[in-house]
Amino acid sequence: MSKPATLLELSCVGKQFGGLSALKDVSLHIKRGEIYGLIGPNGAGKTTLFNIITGLYQLSSGEFNFNGDSYQTTKSHLLAQAGIARTFQNIRLFSHLTALENVMIGRHAKTHAGVFGALLRNKTTRSEELDSTNRARDLLRYVGISKPSQTLAKNLSYGEQRRLEIARALATEPLLLALDEPAAGMNATETESLKALLQNIRATGITVMLIEHDVKLIMGLCDRVAVLDYGKKIAEGVPDEVRQNPAVIAAYLGAEDE
Amino acid sequence: MDIFLQQIINGLVQGSVYALVALGYTMVYGILGLINFAHGEVVMAGAMLALSALTALISWGVAPLLALPVSLILAMAGCMLLGFGIERIAYRPLRHAPRLAPLITAIGVSIVLQNLAMMIWGRDYHAFPQLIKNQPHYVGGAIINDIQIIIVIMAVVIMAGLMIVVHRTSLGRAMRAVAENQHAAQLMGVDVNRVISITFMLGSALAAVAGLMVSANYGLAHYYMGFLLGLKAFTAAVLGGIGNLRGAMLGGLLLGLIESLGAGYIGPLTNGFMGSQYQDVFAFFVLIAVLVFRPSGLLGERLAERA
Repeated sequence: MSKPATLLELSCVGKQFGGLSALKDVSLHIKRGEIYGLIGPNGAGKTTLFNIITGLYQLSSGEFNFNGDSYQTTKSHLLAQAGIARTFQNIRLFSHLTALENVMIGRHAKTHAGVFGALLRNKTTRSEELDSTNRARDLLRYVGISKPSQTLAKNLSYGEQRRLEIARALATEPLLLALDEPAAGMNATETESLKALLQNIRATGITVMLIEHDVKLIMGLCDRVAVLDYGKKIAEGVPDEVRQNPAVIAAYLGAEDE
Repeated sequence: MDIFLQQIINGLVQGSVYALVALGYTMVYGILGLINFAHGEVVMAGAMLALSALTALISWGVAPLLALPVSLILAMAGCMLLGFGIERIAYRPLRHAPRLAPLITAIGVSIVLQNLAMMIWGRDYHAFPQLIKNQPHYVGGAIINDIQIIIVIMAVVIMAGLMIVVHRTSLGRAMRAVAENQHAAQLMGVDVNRVISITFMLGSALAAVAGLMVSANYGLAHYYMGFLLGLKAFTAAVLGGIGNLRGAMLGGLLLGLIESLGAGYIGPLTNGFMGSQYQDVFAFFVLIAVLVFRPSGLLGERLAERA
């Protein structure tokens, strides 16, 4: 399979909820290996866009290409298997599963044991499980969770839960990691180490897309940034350009947008 | 004869069956929030299929000790197919409908299955062939026979197996993840529909085992046998805390014991005014009491955590 330099491409994507257009004619492309930021005032359509590329919403119009394949109707688990993984703005871990199990769920699609494998526990299944466990432990260490892997997810600290979500997403071996406000609620130190982690992840070849309100983090981390306002893309470019774009300044400083 | 010990034994045997059936209710509820009222009919189908298979095998001259496990496996396979079909046809199209819709459909499926069974097997009670010499054993003044011993042992083994599947395997992990958050599980690449189908099939396989147990124990099978049994097993699941596997097992055993002790002692206690024919009433007293005083059941988690 040939690998296009553009990993994700959206052309003229629109999304309607009844009479409300949450997204209008948004086009953007994300290159393989970059860190791409998506910013905009609250209600600008950022999360809607995320929900579309992860299959939670179907697009009303436009085109959606990922890794050379076009998607019209999308199923979340198929997109996940195609290589898109995400985290949520409000943490959605499996709180009654252990940290380790949460990450192992991410590897679910990579394992092949069926019902009978699970029931009979043959050699392939056991080695697959062992392999899965080891990979999951590595990932927990990689994102910096030091608590025992058998801790229930709900008993982890807030910062650790955010990291666990990233570990779980990484376990799906994604091509594109989509993070919805990963730094929300973090203090300066935690944000710094998150930044280091994301740079690390990019260095392993994974493309990162993030929504973030922490402008300092976005500017310091992203290769390119797109700005959404009222469902439209109003600017795109390297952080310095975007920062000086008058439309962006208007959107952020203009009156009733909060 | 020691009545107390005898009632305990009867209660444990009956409770094992309830527990197996209750697991089917609770697994489906845990994962879909749906009460599958057709589950009792799956138990009935299991009993009827096993009976037909046994009769056929015996008439072909297969040895009883071989015919029994073979017909059990056939009944399990048949019920798994049935469970798969019920979910696919009756529940999946309503996955996102208001909760009342699938509940009513469930009752509809239950009636359809009863009538189908009546058309296939007729209205009569079928005698279950006596295949193994049902040797009675005397334990401290009470009697327990071979079939009852087999029922309890099989139930324990199956429940232990189910716990291992749910808590130690990737399938079980996926089931728990889907139960907690379908969207998130889907985003992690879990095929939610497949997990739900498998859950129905596992529950139905347990139902088939329970069906065979009941009909072997009482020596009878009937197209209507699933109705009351299903309601009681549902009560057991509610008693233990619906959605909770350990709760279903505990609830099943407790309900069996309550029923059997109640039936054994209600005569003497009411001076012969009420007899053991009131046995069935106890289950529903329990259901009402649990719903009034502890709706989340004995081991139930707060439902808010699931929503």
